[in-house]
Amino acid sequence: MNAVLDAFIALLPAWTLAHAAPLLVVSPLLSGPIALMLTRGKLAWAWALLISLATLVFALVLYSQVMDHGSVTYAFGDWAPPLGITYHVDTLNLLVLLLVVFMGVLSLIYGLPSVLREIAPANQAAFFAAFMLCFAGLLGVAITGDAFNVFVFLEISSISTYVLVAMGGGADRRALTSSFNYLILGTIGATFFVIGIGFLYMATGTLNMADITVQLQGKGDDRVVRAAFAFIFIGLGLKTAMFPLHTWLPGAYAHSPTMAGVFLASTATKVAFYTMIRFMVGVFLPGSVFDSAILLLVLAPMAVAAMLICSVQALYQANLRKILAYSSVAQLGYMLLGLSMGTAAGVSAGLLHMFNHAILKGGLFMAVGIFALSYGVRRVEDLRGLGKTMPLTAAGFTVCGLSLIGVPVTAGFVSKFYLVSAALERGWWWAAAAILISSVLAIFYVGRMLEMMYLQKAPQVDGKIAKGEPVSALALAPLLLLAAANIWFMFDASLPKGLADAAAAALLGGGGL
Amino acid sequence: MSWTPELGLILLLAIPLGGSVGVLVFSRWANLREAATLISGAALLANVVMLVMAVDGGARPALDLMHVAGGLSLNFTLEPLGAVFAALASALWLINSLYSIGYMRGNHAKDQTRFYLSFTIAIAAAMGVAAAGNMFTLFVFYEILTLSTYPLVTHNGDEKARRGGRIYLSILMATSIGLFLPAVIATHFIAGSTDFMPGGLLADQVTPALASVLLLLYAFGIGKAALMPVQNWLPNAMVAPTPVSAFLHAVAVVKAGVFTMLKMSVYIFGLDFMRTIPAAHWLAWVAAISIVLASLIALSKDNFKERLAYSTISQLSYITLGAMIATPLAALGAALHIVMHAWGKITLFMCAGAIYSARHITNVSGLKGLGKSMPWVFGAFLVGSLSIIGLPPLAGAWPKLLLMMGATDPINRVFIGALIISSLLNVAYLLPIPARAFFAKAENEADGAPDAPAAKAPMLTVLPPVLTAIATVALFFLIGPILDFLRPVFESGGMS
Repeated sequence: MNAVLDAFIALLPAWTLAHAAPLLVVSPLLSGPIALMLTRGKLAWAWALLISLATLVFALVLYSQVMDHGSVTYAFGDWAPPLGITYHVDTLNLLVLLLVVFMGVLSLIYGLPSVLREIAPANQAAFFAAFMLCFAGLLGVAITGDAFNVFVFLEISSISTYVLVAMGGGADRRALTSSFNYLILGTIGATFFVIGIGFLYMATGTLNMADITVQLQGKGDDRVVRAAFAFIFIGLGLKTAMFPLHTWLPGAYAHSPTMAGVFLASTATKVAFYTMIRFMVGVFLPGSVFDSAILLLVLAPMAVAAMLICSVQALYQANLRKILAYSSVAQLGYMLLGLSMGTAAGVSAGLLHMFNHAILKGGLFMAVGIFALSYGVRRVEDLRGLGKTMPLTAAGFTVCGLSLIGVPVTAGFVSKFYLVSAALERGWWWAAAAILISSVLAIFYVGRMLEMMYLQKAPQVDGKIAKGEPVSALALAPLLLLAAANIWFMFDASLPKGLADAAAAALLGGGGL
Repeated sequence: MSWTPELGLILLLAIPLGGSVGVLVFSRWANLREAATLISGAALLANVVMLVMAVDGGARPALDLMHVAGGLSLNFTLEPLGAVFAALASALWLINSLYSIGYMRGNHAKDQTRFYLSFTIAIAAAMGVAAAGNMFTLFVFYEILTLSTYPLVTHNGDEKARRGGRIYLSILMATSIGLFLPAVIATHFIAGSTDFMPGGLLADQVTPALASVLLLLYAFGIGKAALMPVQNWLPNAMVAPTPVSAFLHAVAVVKAGVFTMLKMSVYIFGLDFMRTIPAAHWLAWVAAISIVLASLIALSKDNFKERLAYSTISQLSYITLGAMIATPLAALGAALHIVMHAWGKITLFMCAGAIYSARHITNVSGLKGLGKSMPWVFGAFLVGSLSIIGLPPLAGAWPKLLLMMGATDPINRVFIGALIISSLLNVAYLLPIPARAFFAKAENEADGAPDAPAAKAPMLTVLPPVLTAIATVALFFLIGPILDFLRPVFESGGMS
């Protein structure tokens, strides 16, 4: 596999290799306005897909470079850090970049039929433009080595997300309030974050993340730095939908256009989670800047609360995408729990769960979207009989759903296994118990949907099972690919696990805090 | 390519799965489809017999299937206990398949392809449970068994079936993922693997307190063993067609549960260590209470299949009791009880199904006077009942004897009392059924119910229970070889 990749990369022109890092962000960023000018929906889609495939190439180039050299640093305009802005790719954000790029490509392939249906023709090009901006923003957050740059890209991705969510307003008016909700909370989060960056700049005189770490060393107890930490923690917590700052998420995921829901559910909070790891254990130094007890006393309880409370909330939702959205908040709890352990094993397990959750939740949102397109499915009881009428989509949904529960032979099991092991290693038996209780709750909310699909009879019109719109192969293929990935990564998790392990080891050394 | 024990292990899964492909391919031609089931059943039995002979010769065939994350692996190692379970399940599956054909056709059941397909997958899963070389592998196949039997339980598709199925699935999944899986992961965490080790993987590696916690997780997490209070799924699963009930009760599902319980006792904790764990003694009490309580509930049930269901719960706890007392004799008795109870219970279920096929009677009180028109069925029922009660010369006598002999320590003597009470209760809830059929006057003779004289049970629903009833007699006399086969497991580590 790596040999094929190397052969492929050898074919690329030299400038793509030298500038892969900036191209990865700049090309989708510039493609957004161009997509808008193309004015026709299908044309804009084709353009966006082309660019996203190009970013895939750049991401693979970065992958091979990181594999060869350990990390890649790109200084803009050759202004050496800490003066200029740098892009920095190591094993930690490489995993996130690959995830975002792959999910971006898959969402685009998946999304065409649903966008043509849900978005007014006049707005379709604008939708793809906003999508590409969001895509670029997320990649930018993940790749940059400059703290202020993180804020800029965070805003690019957030503002375009508000637009994407609001575009669901044509089909579902609640999208507008959801988008507004998200806008208010997202802006508060971004403001907190930028205030924190301001304090950091005040204390260290630098914005380069690696340099900040250097400056912070030996600074001792500094109230400004502590304030910076608090602001950044809360700001990123909001973006990550850390319980109880998650209230914007269910609405935004449930009422947005189908394609936006798929993409956001599998990438947006993941990137925010990455940023949180980057700042908490990368930039700040646990133990010197903040007391590592905060992990145990603040982060871990919130993570456990999310895992339990939001899983229960998912049980009582009628709207399918709301179920998935609440489950997402609960799953973010798993990831944050991994981080809160403060050990290499915990962070690695959290990252692995981030990866697995992205591929399984993306698949679930895709399947629900296909159901909605074909049969207008919105609520749990609308799933009746779909196991028979739409067997392939239902099968994809089932595999991803089992992975969400964490049933062995799916990827979801692997990351939960590592999380439990990490918790036991840390001596946190209560955390292991919370993971298991939350998994049992998942059995019930996933089981409820599966039962409707496979055991209830399809609703009949005049004695015949209603016929839905045929499923587009374009929409089905990415779903089945993700379902297959959910099984594949059970048996060979070496790619995400290797990257997550390397990242955690680089951040925390062998042991931990 | 000639047959080797390692190939035999692959065939354990490959034959039933091949059968399921056959069922799918021939789904339109009912006779060919049933032929696929029967041929794979016969081939599987032949394969298992060869494996049993290999294991008897001292072989312990092993096979690495694949490595999963975190040092977990799926692998097979066949030892005597597993070989016995595989032999039992494959033999009964063949008989049960014959019976299914008679029953499903006789009752004009729908969706028969799905039915046979689920059956083949379930038996493959049961084979996986039997041959599993570590607890993780066993867990994976245990879950597949739950999932593949779910469509069988809900086969009738009505509201009642769905409700029963929901309870079935939610209790079994919740206990297995919530308790069993954590126990497996904790075992892996403590011992570095989950391999079944002669003498016990965890023996003397953990403190008695921690061992108690783990043992409680295992005992209640293995929901298929139906230890009270995790028994409720079993009566609820009675909504299924009778061949499924027979499959659940005798062939695979509950037997996989108690088999797992025994494996855990023998190979994870080790019998010597088990006797030092405080929780093992508490669980023996729970099992003893389950035995008596379930028998009492059975006595109060008029619905035929429900009465048998509670009888099963009671009988399963015999095995759990043996696994918890954990003297070599008691554990040996428990292992024997897996086999002997299966033959008796499948007889009873198949008789119940035959009666239902002929007369659509589901209540015990409706059986009066039927003995005259269905002598073979009730004769088989009587033999099966006597075997479960434990009367010589029937198979069920041996395990009870061994269990009692294994419980002679002063601390365990009370359990002998539970076994005796249970036997008396068995008499009280089982024997009235054939007695009523043979000696009571039929009520509807006077009413002249229209279909009373004409309805006959399909041939294929009568022959199998008669065969299994004969087998309970035969097994009584075959005890010597079976004991010789099993004894090494309980005396000195089995696998080495």
